[in-house]
Amino acid sequence: MLDKEAIAKRIAQEIQNNSYVNLGIGIPTLVANYIPNNINVCFQSENGLLGMGPFPKESEVDPDLINAGKQTITMLPGAALFDSAMSFGMIHAQKIDLTILGAMEVSENGDIANWKIPGKMVKGMGGAMDLVASAKNIIVAMQHVNKAGESKLLPACTLPLTGIRCVKKIVTELAVLSILPEGGFKLLERAPGVSVETIKKATLGKLIIEGEIPEMAFD
Amino acid sequence: MINKKVANAEDAISDIKDGDTIMLGGFGLCGIPEKCIAALVRKGIKNLTCISNNAGVDDFGIGLMLQQKQVKKMVSSYVGENAEFERQLLSGELDVELIPQGTLAFRCMAAGYGMPAIYTPAGIGTEVAIGKEVRNFNGKDYLLEKAFEANFAIVKAWKGDTAGNLIFKATSRNFNTVMAMAGKITIAEVEELVEPGELDPNHIHVPGVYIHRIFKGSDYEKRIEKKTTSV
Repeated sequence: MLDKEAIAKRIAQEIQNNSYVNLGIGIPTLVANYIPNNINVCFQSENGLLGMGPFPKESEVDPDLINAGKQTITMLPGAALFDSAMSFGMIHAQKIDLTILGAMEVSENGDIANWKIPGKMVKGMGGAMDLVASAKNIIVAMQHVNKAGESKLLPACTLPLTGIRCVKKIVTELAVLSILPEGGFKLLERAPGVSVETIKKATLGKLIIEGEIPEMAFD
Repeated sequence: MINKKVANAEDAISDIKDGDTIMLGGFGLCGIPEKCIAALVRKGIKNLTCISNNAGVDDFGIGLMLQQKQVKKMVSSYVGENAEFERQLLSGELDVELIPQGTLAFRCMAAGYGMPAIYTPAGIGTEVAIGKEVRNFNGKDYLLEKAFEANFAIVKAWKGDTAGNLIFKATSRNFNTVMAMAGKITIAEVEELVEPGELDPNHIHVPGVYIHRIFKGSDYEKRIEKKTTSV
């Protein structure tokens, strides 16, 4: 079973060379720590920055320079600043190649729910509905089951939706799965030491298993 | 040049009254008009509708107006990090309209460009789409979202001149530029206010035509919400 860092590490393998990527809050933020040296990637922060760098040293902290999670950050050489309208303009115009975000539930047709739990205080969708509505490619980082042991990979989402038919790939503590255009979670890889049987039990939505399922490979 | 300079925050907000709709720039606590917020708190006007991406924290930003129960309704994309906000919302004292962040920006942009509405795919198939016109372009569904109408927009810039031209620093540009363009009356507070000719016209982010009042604020706190450092 993978911990959060390992989920981030596995997702980092999905990032293509010379791509623009938006990272959501939580596990997706950790992905930046595991980008291979031979991969050139430009991170977008939807509050208005392309070319986001690492967290600043104490002496570099600038209250006017934050990421979408409100953390202080730095800019890399070649960075560019813009306003929120242009930021979501480039998202909706599909200039951003990949969005990585968390989810509470994903359905077998690619619907995602990640912003609201009825009966709990709602904090808002932020930029998530924009990102999922227009991203060319969406990878979800999530736990396969909730704290009660119930599957979060479902035939249909039970929570209020963030977007429909948009998720392409999911990386959980148990597996890597893709969502097929015709519907269904296709099992691609198992976490080290996790059996197909375990993944079957943890997946309530339609699970497609073809041939031998390899274990995830880490350097 | 037309002179937009006013003396201070009190003068700038003098005609904002109970029940007005106000846009407030900023993302989190980054680039918020802290001097005008302080003046609105001192003035004590109530029943305000605030259009702002976030609602501040308990003791800073719009949170200060929430403490004084000055806000009737918040229009935002994300309102976490604020316990007083949560209390007022759950008790029914406060109304909130949550809208996708891009939609928030585009509805400001539309107002600033004289467009009555925009189409966006954000929210299609979700509760955000309820009651809204959907139109299909090239096989994809879009929601019709109307331009905001706000009596006042209040923004915070890094530098400005008395003609109202504005320059922003780093990610404090966020919603400030589009809101500056969207207000019927737009108030800009700046860290540095100079005479016309001192700012390079090549570097202006918002031209002064959109700005009605400008003043220099002093002693900016610029509180950081989540200071994160590396070693």
